[in-house]
Amino acid sequence: MVTFLARRLGLMILTLWIISLIVFFAGQILPGDPGRAILGPLASKQSVQVLDTQLGVNRPLLTRYVSWIGGLLHGNFGTSYSYRTAVEPFVRAAMINSVKLALLAFVIVVPLGIIGGVIAALNAGRAVDRIISVTGLSLATVPEFVSGIVLIVVFGVTLKVLPVTASAGQGAGDLTQFRHLILPAIPLVFVLFGYIARMARAGTIEALNSDYARTAVLKGLPRATMIRRHILRNSLLPTITVIATQTGYLIGGLVVVETLFNYQGIGNLIYKAAQAKDFPMLEAGVLTIGVVYVLATLTADLLLVALNPRLRAGGSDD
Amino acid sequence: MTDLSADPGGAEGLEPAGLEAAGVDPAGLGPGGSLAPVGTVAVAAPTLRAQTRWRLLLRRPTFLVGAGILLFWVVCALFGHAFAPDNPLAQQLLSANTAPSASHWFGTDGLGRDVLSRIIVGARDILVITPLATVLGTILGTALGLAMGYLGGAVDLIAGRIVEAVLALPAVIIAFLFIVALGPSTWTLVIVIGLIFTPLIARTVRAAVLTERNLDYLSAARLLGEKPGRIMFREILPNVMPAILVEFTVRLGYAVFAVATLSFLGFGVQPPTPDWGSDIAANYSGLLSGYWWQTLFPALAIASLVTAVNLITDSIEQVLNA
Repeated sequence: MVTFLARRLGLMILTLWIISLIVFFAGQILPGDPGRAILGPLASKQSVQVLDTQLGVNRPLLTRYVSWIGGLLHGNFGTSYSYRTAVEPFVRAAMINSVKLALLAFVIVVPLGIIGGVIAALNAGRAVDRIISVTGLSLATVPEFVSGIVLIVVFGVTLKVLPVTASAGQGAGDLTQFRHLILPAIPLVFVLFGYIARMARAGTIEALNSDYARTAVLKGLPRATMIRRHILRNSLLPTITVIATQTGYLIGGLVVVETLFNYQGIGNLIYKAAQAKDFPMLEAGVLTIGVVYVLATLTADLLLVALNPRLRAGGSDD
Repeated sequence: MTDLSADPGGAEGLEPAGLEAAGVDPAGLGPGGSLAPVGTVAVAAPTLRAQTRWRLLLRRPTFLVGAGILLFWVVCALFGHAFAPDNPLAQQLLSANTAPSASHWFGTDGLGRDVLSRIIVGARDILVITPLATVLGTILGTALGLAMGYLGGAVDLIAGRIVEAVLALPAVIIAFLFIVALGPSTWTLVIVIGLIFTPLIARTVRAAVLTERNLDYLSAARLLGEKPGRIMFREILPNVMPAILVEFTVRLGYAVFAVATLSFLGFGVQPPTPDWGSDIAANYSGLLSGYWWQTLFPALAIASLVTAVNLITDSIEQVLNA
């Protein structure tokens, strides 16, 4: 168990380091001169150079990487080119907004996906199963802005039952804010549903074919009891991993949903930073996402070990 | 869950808990860690002849519906200019924002251009970029996956780390970083999406290779003194082909997703060239004024293409499992 933890942590740090490399160098290949981008096309060459020196962008690449990483380790995420102030409060505020939206999506999709998957598994091969599988796969590959637009047309424009912007504005109550988040959350739910349902289905089918399920049937347990007591507990283990690791996707989806519904979240922050060539903001935003993903994966692993005694027992430590 | 024993020392390179064996890819390209077809990744060596499979496929109604819709869009992409009712670029500002009617079945957009014509002609770019990007990703991913799975060791460990790091970042974000850098064009999109698919496909291929690695025919090939390159491409590749085929069709669906999303965000085909994603972005503000037809119809076009690809994917998967 200790070696397992140590190795997981080691791998996690390695992954984070590679992510930081990708993020930093991807940021560097963006064209254009940051000083020019900030001051605009009319500024003199000299003032652009002065600003570049001030921002430190004309130092060698490696020096900049080292000082960036050094800053990160001290909790300094850099200074935004666009706002000329620390990046950190922007990223933090955006993250809080995104977490709200993502949580709402998860709260809706997790039970829905699990129920859908289990129903599909119990009817494996029949029409219900095919309908759930094909619907899930289709919803999962319909881009969020497509389902978002259909939802806006139906609920926002035609029926006028739900607000079509994600932010309720300053001073709005929690309940109002919640109503504003419903429409943006649904496209995320659509995409995740098929994925979770598919895992739950596979896990349930595997459990149904196991020896312990056969034993339960043979000793005469009612089907409902067998499913509740023996199947679900086992079938849902892999689903947990999937749910946790979907946070990575979820944030990608947030870029689109937050843009569509004009919501100030991390996706929107990254999108706007890329357009404005605000590297420090961009790097901080993307790195935050990488960290969230890595932590979520780690949590899922630990949760899985905690819930499944067979993985804890030693022997193979994965 | 049989990966635990089958893969001493290698499995943890990518995945905890041996999930890979179930064909599951719990990571995050968007929607697509992948809805990788659970249980089909390790499709056994072909048991049915290709011809039989093809006949089985043609008998599935889902396949026929999907292929029909796809064919329709392919025809639009190839010959759309010939039968579109209007010039998709012709602006008629006097008849801007008119609702669907007999003269404009799908209405007109904010510049008075015929929405139906723009949808028909706009099929071209997405139908060119999507398959090219998927083919590129499949070729690179297959080569990488074969190397990771068969050579193992340091190759697997290092490539595995890089793959995981790429997967940790949402595909959309990686894509637009590189597109901003390289400038949006058809080829940029093909290359960027192809490269993003590479690690995802490599994972699937690697998992499939692992199930082959200890089989007798490979020991025999090694004993005959075959070189690793030959073993990978001539011995293993044909046996993991079904898994690659399924992965290819699954990725095709996500490629549609990615291309549409990137052009919606403004990183794809640039206006005034008609394109579903960028037309939606351009007309989005009109939606709130009630001009729903300008965005809804292109959105439905994307949805229909995605559904068609999925129906085909699902049928192929079913037939390969038969």
